[in-house]
Amino acid sequence: MTTPRHADLVRVTHWITTLCFFALLVSGMEIVISHPRFYWGETGNVLTTPLFKIPIPSSRSLVPTGYGYVMPDQNGWSRALHFQSAWIVVATGLLYVIWGLVTGHFRKALLPAKTDLSRRGIWTVIANHLHFKRPSDEEAWSYNVLQRLTYLFVIFILFPLVIWTGLAMSPAFVSAFPATVTLLGGRQTARTLHFFITLALTLFLLVHVALVALAGFRSRMRAMITGHPGTDTEGV
Amino acid sequence: MSQFSRRKLIYTGLAAAAGVSGLGVAASLAQKYGLVPPDHGGLYGLGETLTYASQRLLTRHSFAREFSRSQISERPLPNEIAPLSEPFKRLQAGGFADWRLTVDGMVDRPGSFSLDQLKSYPSRSQITELSCEEGWTYIAEWIGVPLSHVLNLVGTHPQARYVVYFSIEPDWWESIDMADAMHPQTFLTYGMNGDVLPVGNGGPLRLRLPRQLGYKSVKFITHLTVTDSMKKFGKGLGSASPEGGYAWYAGI
Repeated sequence: MTTPRHADLVRVTHWITTLCFFALLVSGMEIVISHPRFYWGETGNVLTTPLFKIPIPSSRSLVPTGYGYVMPDQNGWSRALHFQSAWIVVATGLLYVIWGLVTGHFRKALLPAKTDLSRRGIWTVIANHLHFKRPSDEEAWSYNVLQRLTYLFVIFILFPLVIWTGLAMSPAFVSAFPATVTLLGGRQTARTLHFFITLALTLFLLVHVALVALAGFRSRMRAMITGHPGTDTEGV
Repeated sequence: MSQFSRRKLIYTGLAAAAGVSGLGVAASLAQKYGLVPPDHGGLYGLGETLTYASQRLLTRHSFAREFSRSQISERPLPNEIAPLSEPFKRLQAGGFADWRLTVDGMVDRPGSFSLDQLKSYPSRSQITELSCEEGWTYIAEWIGVPLSHVLNLVGTHPQARYVVYFSIEPDWWESIDMADAMHPQTFLTYGMNGDVLPVGNGGPLRLRLPRQLGYKSVKFITHLTVTDSMKKFGKGLGSASPEGGYAWYAGI
C-alpha cells in the first residue's frame, strides 16, 4: 500500500470544511440581505450613515433600498444553518490543527523551506503561474512556496479572524469576554470585518478551484478524494 | 482483508462506540444541568443545543457591556411592528393608567401590577446596546425595575425553570430560563433616556434583556407566567420565535 498524497484526516477535514463553508456563505448572504448596509464603530442602523451599502433589495421594509419591493425573510433557517455549520467547521478545524501539530504536518507540508523563501524562489513560482505552466508529475506530490504561504495564511490568519469577528457579534459571548469586541473597536466594525474576511476567503476559494482546474482537475480531485492522484495524463 | 486494514477497522469501530457513548453521557448531563433548549429537536437542534449549553455555562454571571452617556445613540430606532391592536389603543387613549402586568404560574402570590406600582419599586438604569438579529444596533439608557425584584415579590417555586412573557399584541410571546430571568440586567423597562419609554421602542412596558438579541426583548408586556416546562405553551418549542423558524435562545 503506497502512502497517499493527502492523509485520510486531511481529505476528510477538507471536504467537511468545504461543505460547511458553502453553508456558511449561502446563509451569511441571506442574513446580509436583511440589512445590506455596513457601518464602522459600535452602533449602526437605518438612521445612521453607513460606511457602504450593497445595492440589492432587502428582506425588511425597514431598509430604504430604492427598490419597490421586499424580499422574503430567510433569516430563521439561515441563522440556524450558519451557527450549526460554524460549530461543525470549528470542531473540524481544531481536529485538523491539533493533528497537524502532533504529526508535524504543518512543518513538513506547509512551512516553506528557507531557500524557497528567497525573492528568486518566489518569483520563479509566480512566473510559472503567469505562463500557465502545468506542474510536473513530481510537483503533484508537494506544495510550491506560494501554495504553502497561501494555505498557512488561510488556516492561521483568515479562519481565526472570521471566527473571532463572528463571536464578537454575539451579545452573550462578549458579555463573558468583552475584549473580543472592544479590541476590534465595536460591534459594527466586527460585522464589517466579518464581511471583508468572508470576501477574502471566497476569493481564495475561487483562485484555489481555478488553479486546481489548471493543474489537472481530475488528478487533483482524485488525490483529495481517494488519496491517490493516478497516472493518466490529462488534456488542458 | 489485510492485517493492517482489519486493525484499522477495529480501531475505527472502538472510536465510534466511544464517541456514541460519550455523546449519550453528554446528553444526559446536559439534560440534568438544564443545558438543553426547548427547541432542541429537528435539523438544527444540534447547533441550537451546543450554542445554548456553551453560552449558558460561559455567561451565567457575566454582564452585558454598559456604555457611557456620550455613547447613547442620537435617535433610538423604533423597529417596524404590525399595526397596534384595539386593546392597546384603548389603553393608550387612557394614558396607560389601566395597564396591568399579571403574574401567575408557579408562584406563591399571583398578582397584578399597575405601571405606577412597578415604578414605585427601586428603579434601575442601564446604558446597553440593542442588537437586532438583522445586524443593526443602537445604544440607549433603559430604565425600569429588575424582573428579579417582581419575581421575588411573588415568590417563585423552587422547581421553576422558565419565565414566559406575553405582549398585549397577539402571538407575541417569549420565554427565558431562570438564569436570564434573575439576571440583574433583565428589566421590566418603562423609561428610556431619562423619559418614558416611547411606544415605538416598546412602551409602556418592555422586557429588556441585553445579553440576547433584540427579538427576545418583547414589547408591550402584560403577562408573565412562571413554569417548570415549556411543553404546555404553544407548540412546546419555548416561544413564538421557533414556531416562525427562529431560535428560542438568541445569545448570538
